[in-house]
Amino acid sequence: MERKYLDFEKPLEAIDKKIEAYAEVKKGGQSNGENGTVGLKQQLSEKTKEIFSNLTDWQIVQLSRHPNRPHMLDYVENIFDDFVELHGDRCSEDDHAVVAGIGKFRGIPVAIAGQQKGRDTKENLFRKFGMAHPPGYRKAMRIMHLAEKLHMPVISFIDTPGANPDIQAEENGQALVIAENLFKMSLLKTPVLCIIIGEGGSGGALGIGVGDRILMQEYSIYSVISPEGCASILWKSQSAAAEAAKALRLTAKALLDMGIIDAIVPEPQGGVHRDWKKAFELTAETVDKHLRELKTIKTDELVELRYQKYRKTGVWLEKEAEENE
Amino acid sequence: MIFKRKKYISIEAREKPEIKKDLWIKCEQCGKLIYKKKWEENFKICMYCDSYGRMTAHERIAQLADPGSFAEQWGDMVSCDPLEFTGVKSYTDKLKEERQKTGLKEGIITGVCKINGVPCALAVIDAGFIMGSMGSVVGEKFTRAAEYAIEKKLPLVSVSGGGGGARMYEGVISLMQMAKTSAAVGKLKKEGLLYLSVLTDPTMGGIAASFASLGDIIIAEPKALIGFAGPRVIEQTIRQKLPAGFQRTEFLFEHGMIDIISKRAELKDAIGKILLVIHS
Ligand SMILES: [Zn+2]
Repeated sequence: MERKYLDFEKPLEAIDKKIEAYAEVKKGGQSNGENGTVGLKQQLSEKTKEIFSNLTDWQIVQLSRHPNRPHMLDYVENIFDDFVELHGDRCSEDDHAVVAGIGKFRGIPVAIAGQQKGRDTKENLFRKFGMAHPPGYRKAMRIMHLAEKLHMPVISFIDTPGANPDIQAEENGQALVIAENLFKMSLLKTPVLCIIIGEGGSGGALGIGVGDRILMQEYSIYSVISPEGCASILWKSQSAAAEAAKALRLTAKALLDMGIIDAIVPEPQGGVHRDWKKAFELTAETVDKHLRELKTIKTDELVELRYQKYRKTGVWLEKEAEENE
Repeated sequence: MIFKRKKYISIEAREKPEIKKDLWIKCEQCGKLIYKKKWEENFKICMYCDSYGRMTAHERIAQLADPGSFAEQWGDMVSCDPLEFTGVKSYTDKLKEERQKTGLKEGIITGVCKINGVPCALAVIDAGFIMGSMGSVVGEKFTRAAEYAIEKKLPLVSVSGGGGGARMYEGVISLMQMAKTSAAVGKLKKEGLLYLSVLTDPTMGGIAASFASLGDIIIAEPKALIGFAGPRVIEQTIRQKLPAGFQRTEFLFEHGMIDIISKRAELKDAIGKILLVIHS
């Protein structure tokens, strides 16, 4: 895949190019390139650290949409064994924006569902840019019910700009099907682990995102509306997206501080897109830890704990001047 | 989210300003002047073109609850500003403004009442308060109403009308209210209690994609706008005009998503009839 660079990543491009040039030289048989690479790699690491130690929320938004970021199926291929994809919602069609199936995670059978984005225009049209229609939500739910029946944990990968703003999605009852998923996921008698691996866009993300553990990758986002959408409504200008991103508190760190998510999945230096292998390792580790914890909880208790998890969200004031959280 | 348009514009005063301003309103659909008292007696429906005006939560309760039977609960709950939202306008200022505009503390009123003699828990959204969007208070009060219904073994009736979707000023906390209220409906299911959801114009976004759509029985008023994404957002995305009747009650009814379409004047009886079958 061709490496792409965001504006603020540009200083890394120059160093990457130099390292590649050395590698070419080395391939050509001249072996004095080694020392130079060590120095350059050091330089790269320092520069990356410098850039990433000071990211704005808007830069994190861009990282969450980075074209080189691994997608749902990349995780499926690399951290699961024996994946079998299952298709269709048993009532209208197979929505390609959502991938669902069963597989093994470190020997344990699990059900997997998630939004899949494309890499190029053709793929993106096929995957609807990761924006599901009602059959996609229903397909995910069908696999979750299968998981419940067979006592398998559900792992949900979230990566979507949001619900699909088109005629068909509305005509087929998008609001209804998202509502039903929230309702049904809250009652699932099996562990549900949700992980945001890129964009967690509003109702589309939540539509497969109600669970016992909500994890977010370090540079992923979770938001009630896209920063651009928020900017155009509240600021009347899309160019205020960076400001809106800050106001919305959509980063993993902010949401962990607010108690909305349960854990942050660390990303390799420079983000998941720069080191897929490491990204898969780190993701698998975190998933493993939380699945183990969830497996020790009795099913009835698990469902009640899930209810309480959402029950306690929200902030308001009441007469007693108590601030609830 | 910002509610700029006034639904009913009082006519320009000329000779007798005080009187005219209060006595007459202009229908937004057909533009005809209507005697306000008559219009209110007619449940805010235009007698010339049959278009529905928006009712406030208080008006709705007065219409649906048996006289004197409604007792409000958790009426003092107000929103605060968890994100310390800094935009063109702060959330705190926005809330102040909306409280002044509507005279309400928040976009939902909850309590208990009787409908045609049957006791029930009631939750009514007011579309006038930040467009009836889903914030912490809306989510919490709906959930409490559902839990109260469980405690007292009552049916739950909700009336939704809110076009604002999620409450942007509360970020993901607002999104969580969709999960919270849907889970509360899940509890009602476990307890075997009826949940009746009434949809009025407009029921969109976060409210439509959570509790409002989860009624065991869904009743909608005619011609109400019901859906997830706002029509303007869709038009901008697909760059074409939307078909007539798109996201309207009648269309959804034809597609099997609504049980009953009820005219406003008959709404109380429509609800009462169902409660009577199940609870007497
Ligand atoms: Zn009229």
